[in-house]
Amino acid sequence: MKEYIQIKITTEPLNLAECQQFVEDDSVGGIVHFVGTVRNNTKGNTVKYLDFEAYEPMAVKEMTKIGEEAILKFNVHKVAIHHRIGKLEIGEIPVIIAVSSAHRIAAFQACQYAIDTLKQTVPIWKKEFFEDGEVWVSATP
Amino acid sequence: MEISILCFGITKEILGSFIVAKSIESDLSLAELMQDLKSQYPALNELPSIQIAINEEYQSPDYIIKSGDELVLIPPVSGG
Repeated sequence: MKEYIQIKITTEPLNLAECQQFVEDDSVGGIVHFVGTVRNNTKGNTVKYLDFEAYEPMAVKEMTKIGEEAILKFNVHKVAIHHRIGKLEIGEIPVIIAVSSAHRIAAFQACQYAIDTLKQTVPIWKKEFFEDGEVWVSATP
Repeated sequence: MEISILCFGITKEILGSFIVAKSIESDLSLAELMQDLKSQYPALNELPSIQIAINEEYQSPDYIIKSGDELVLIPPVSGG
């Protein structure tokens, strides 16, 4: 199944065209992309930038599992999951998920499953930097 | 037995270093190690969740730590 899944963790800017190219196939009827972007505020506080870090070998394993599960659960064709780490400015892209499928509903569902599960299981952490401080996201009650 | 623990995210700040060396008794479970760490570093108790990954996989609390295991503290993740 590995040839149907592309996983990438990088400090370089992510490339939507690269994700698109990986999942394209003459047999599919649609491609869904999820593109995460860095928001300029959280709970009313102005965010200056984010810093992401990953436990990379395990993150790659967990992202691969998500790709495999997405294909098995929703019968989609191909899945690309790319995540950027390091310092990201407002508007930059920390994550792209691309899913191709014969039919659109499966692609939408698999894409949502992939981003929701990534946020729960993949060992990647982000720190938000504000004017007056910084905080590890999800680490406080 | 000597082990080292890798710390990511907020746990690096709580334990004060990316790599923390520790002596443990043999046949210690992950749950017992976590209790030890929580009493040594009380701030760990304030996290919504905390897990220890062994050799790049999530493990159950009753896992018995073996010599040579790679142990990594996993505070709540926040990718995406």
